[in-house]
Amino acid sequence: MRELKITPIRNGTVIDHIGTGLALDVLRILNVRELQRDSTVSVALHVRSGKLGWKDIVKVENVELSSRAVNAIALIAPTATISIIRDFRVREKRSVDLPPKVVGVLKCPNLNCISNQPEPLESEFEVTDRRPTVLRCVFCERRVDDFLRHLA
Amino acid sequence: MIFPHSLARPMSLHGRDVVSIRDLSREEIAGLLDSAKRMIPVAEGRRASPLLAGKIVAMAFVEPSTRTRLSFESAVQRLGGSCLTIADAGATSLRKGESLYDTIRMLSSYADAIVLRHPNEGAARLAARASDRPVINAGDGAGQHPTQTLLDLMTIRERFGTLAGLKVVLLGDLKYGRTVHSLAYALAEFGSEITLSSPESLRLPEEHRDDLRRQGAKVHDEPNLERAIRDADVLYVTRIQKERFPDESEYREVAGTYRVDARVLKEAKPQLIVMHPLPRVGEIAAEVDATPHAAYFRQAFLAVPVRMALLSAILDRSGRRP
Repeated sequence: MRELKITPIRNGTVIDHIGTGLALDVLRILNVRELQRDSTVSVALHVRSGKLGWKDIVKVENVELSSRAVNAIALIAPTATISIIRDFRVREKRSVDLPPKVVGVLKCPNLNCISNQPEPLESEFEVTDRRPTVLRCVFCERRVDDFLRHLA
Repeated sequence: MIFPHSLARPMSLHGRDVVSIRDLSREEIAGLLDSAKRMIPVAEGRRASPLLAGKIVAMAFVEPSTRTRLSFESAVQRLGGSCLTIADAGATSLRKGESLYDTIRMLSSYADAIVLRHPNEGAARLAARASDRPVINAGDGAGQHPTQTLLDLMTIRERFGTLAGLKVVLLGDLKYGRTVHSLAYALAEFGSEITLSSPESLRLPEEHRDDLRRQGAKVHDEPNLERAIRDADVLYVTRIQKERFPDESEYREVAGTYRVDARVLKEAKPQLIVMHPLPRVGEIAAEVDATPHAAYFRQAFLAVPVRMALLSAILDRSGRRP
């Protein structure tokens, strides 16, 4: 039998094929401190991967990701795949796809942008390029390609 | 040949927001400039026109601006409309902490259109969402100022009869200057060649250069002013705006590094026009005013017919001429 470096989970989410070194950023998106008490998070760094050479994996028990978290992962770790696990079985597996508009995930890097003022609005970016991903703020038209620094 | 009515008419701007010059197609811009030309006798007060009779336009100037506000007010009043003006944000509930969103919601129930000047980039886009009446951006921070771009294009087209194939030099603060970013975009759309001339620290940001390259624009850099204007048709001078600099030492380093005077213009073609969004603070010597090169006062006047054309396209459903 194959030796498992991280044990399987009964229910939850497996984020696989994360570019190597990016798992800790994915954890930041998941906001581990705010996860419910019975969630165990396991992380494997620098794992052999047929597809990528090397990859990271994050498993989160008893949690299914919000669409905001999926969009954030799509920005930070575009090669990632997300599997929903129920009763030890993969119920759904998909790659992370960015919608044409990314809402509420990033803060506009332009401090003078109206979206950084106390107004009743969520940040909103249009995807202008894919591979590599480039976003443009719909309010001030500033471009963003350094997503990690600007997670909301 | 007779065109079907629907094809011969430009796409309607009725009820639309104009937040960025990118909100207007090339055909719409050309149509607005044609209409602005017909507005000139009305803007000069030689003819009356009732195109905006019964209309109220709110002037929400959260950031002070004399020239832009007065030319918008003149445009509305020359066309028989009236204005509600906020000229000092200190006198409004914005000072008490009311959101721009709420202020605009309120204003949109008092007026037929809103003209907004605001210190934050993107404010006009937010206002357009808050308002169920059309919003015209009259400058949002270092962002967009589409009516300035329209009047810049109008000034060039009035002198040369075209915007295609002209050589235009953009001089000065190409980093923070909001007028040059949208002007460069529009010039590229119409097929002008652009030369960028600025101090090293005020170069056009890479993001805008990349946009111009994607448009297929012909753009090159020539920091030396004399060389840049040698075969140019238009020299567009900007002011180095102290208020846009994040740090004063950066401002002091570049303040006063270029000046357009009679000596500089000796090298230029006789038909070269010198433009400036005004106010100028020493970038253009007063001696240039008396030369045929000076186009900046004409440019300031054209603000009125251009804004008349835009306001009537947005507010007058009939498409009547003045």
